[in-house]
Amino acid sequence: MKTVYLDNNATTRVAPEVVEEMLPYFSDYYGNPSSMHYFGGQVEKKVVEAREKVAQLLNCDPAEIIFTSCGTESDSTALRGTLGSYPDKKHIVTSRVEHPAVLNLVRHLSKNSYDAAELPVDRKGRLTLADLEQSVTDTTAIVSIMYANNETGVVFPIEEIGQIVKNRGSVFHTDAVQAVGKIPLDMKKSTIDLLSLSGHKLHAPKGIGALYVRKGTKLTPFIIGGHQERGRRAGTENVPYIIGLGKAAELARLHIEDENTRIRAMRDRLEAELIKRCPDVQVNGDQTHRLPNTTNLSFEYVEGESILLLLSAQGIAASSGSACTSGSLEPSHVLRAMGVPFTYVHGSLRLSLSFYTTDEDIDFTIANLPPIIKRLREISPFGRSR
Amino acid sequence: MWDYTDKLKEHFTNPRNVGEIEHPDGVGEVGSLACGDALKFMFKLDPNNRIKEAKFQTFGCASAIASASALTEMVIGKTPEEALKISNRDIADYLGGLPEEKMHCSVMGREALEAAIASSKGIDITKQLEGEVVCKCFGITDREIERVVRENNLTTVADVTHYTKAGGGCESCHPKIESIIAAVQGQTRQEPARRQKPAKRALSNIQRMKLIEETIDREIRPSLRTDGGDIDLIDIEGTKVLVTLRGACTACPSSGFTLKGLVQSKLREFVSDDIEVLVES
Repeated sequence: MKTVYLDNNATTRVAPEVVEEMLPYFSDYYGNPSSMHYFGGQVEKKVVEAREKVAQLLNCDPAEIIFTSCGTESDSTALRGTLGSYPDKKHIVTSRVEHPAVLNLVRHLSKNSYDAAELPVDRKGRLTLADLEQSVTDTTAIVSIMYANNETGVVFPIEEIGQIVKNRGSVFHTDAVQAVGKIPLDMKKSTIDLLSLSGHKLHAPKGIGALYVRKGTKLTPFIIGGHQERGRRAGTENVPYIIGLGKAAELARLHIEDENTRIRAMRDRLEAELIKRCPDVQVNGDQTHRLPNTTNLSFEYVEGESILLLLSAQGIAASSGSACTSGSLEPSHVLRAMGVPFTYVHGSLRLSLSFYTTDEDIDFTIANLPPIIKRLREISPFGRSR
Repeated sequence: MWDYTDKLKEHFTNPRNVGEIEHPDGVGEVGSLACGDALKFMFKLDPNNRIKEAKFQTFGCASAIASASALTEMVIGKTPEEALKISNRDIADYLGGLPEEKMHCSVMGREALEAAIASSKGIDITKQLEGEVVCKCFGITDREIERVVRENNLTTVADVTHYTKAGGGCESCHPKIESIIAAVQGQTRQEPARRQKPAKRALSNIQRMKLIEETIDREIRPSLRTDGGDIDLIDIEGTKVLVTLRGACTACPSSGFTLKGLVQSKLREFVSDDIEVLVES
């Protein structure tokens, strides 16, 4: 059966070049990079190289990169590490549409002696900078705002946000898990203090992430133990995965132009054709400031899980913000925060492309999705009510 | 991904008896667009008082569609009295089981069946489901919870959430649900005859949501449409109803006025006096 994978914001295929680069470091070169002998030394060299490659992708100094186990660990390190460094500041600012890795952590902290402000978004999923200016005060330890939203792809004005945060003397963290590899980043010119990234969103494996820490940023370690990562993240380095992330970062740098030309064009074609072929559909989120690989569509009168399962039966993998697909009973907090009407939230569908997506994949989806929507509307009691 | 049985998947992929019946003998509608699933079930009787035709329409996930499809197969050939013996557990069993988290889909089937049979006798079942709202997030009353606990011998709050959605939102009602479980389980051991609670007149959240949706559809949308506009319901928080405008309405300078006037007065007339309408721009 043909498989069309359009769920790249959930996770991506590990690039074959990445796998190839990693493999020798399991059974052949299995040394501990901290060891003094040649066996560790040859491994240490590769870890240094990997750090340089990740630094090149972000245009920063390699010493500003800490390897972690995942995006969530990077977020937790950034938030808890900053709060630990500023014990007198008890205020956190974030947005309502953050990934649970940040939002649930902030909500947890706000039950334990911290105050938190969650900035709202408008109907297109955009932040209002005036809200931010009002929220950040002298007591704000950290502002954590995602670079790009995982569900809608909406990109926030990160540098403007960073400037406001800087003027208030607070630390600025951004969860850039969805942005890295899709948007060109330059830390030398940026106002970002801390930036989280995740390997498996950019064709490295699951289980590896990184945190960029601007030189001079105070950060209390989250995991305490050995001297690894200059004492900022203890634990023996996950060598093969770090090497994998390095390779993936190198590839991402080569592919970023393709992301913004070929992939963007495929996404735009997919979106336009689906809108043309399906009545009662809307695009969720700002279409101007958006990741090049993501579209989030809502089909009225149908429910997301049903769409996903019928798509899956055709070999197409996507995701939805409907309540039934979440495992909880609540539909997407992002779409709800945007004020997307009930009738549209349950029928939302996210399609996210990658470097490996082809024009044939797009054709196949354009041909197979509209009949599924039509069929489900025929079953729905609301489908023919208008 | 949910662990669905092959039979469930088959009923989802090829649902039986989809559609509507002209001049049905009974119609039952449960759920709403706002809640994320809804079922309209209807049937027609033959001269011997047996269900000869049953049809459904579902807005919902795979297990909601399959449960409704199963229900139609199960009731055909039965008298209404025989059909009423079908429990939500029977519907789930017919499909080879449902994931625990999806048991509320079978409960929805059972409720639509009851409502349809009641309607064939001229009874509006929604009145019987009234009670005190325990779960404010999903609008589930104590009577509904008592019933699923009794009929399915449920023992934990998580069970109740899987069967009715109650307790799946803000979780503040968990202590209340626990005490209902304790009461029902205690009673089933001691005294099988259940004490009837007097029904309260207040609308449950689900009833209120449905009523608001219906009122907008019937009273408000048609007149906006004649001017090329439309209205969307965004949120309902207690008595506050948040709506937004589409199409020609968004450009109309008097839209704020139109809505406050039209929507609020209609909702106050048909739903309750204390409704306050907010328009999102």
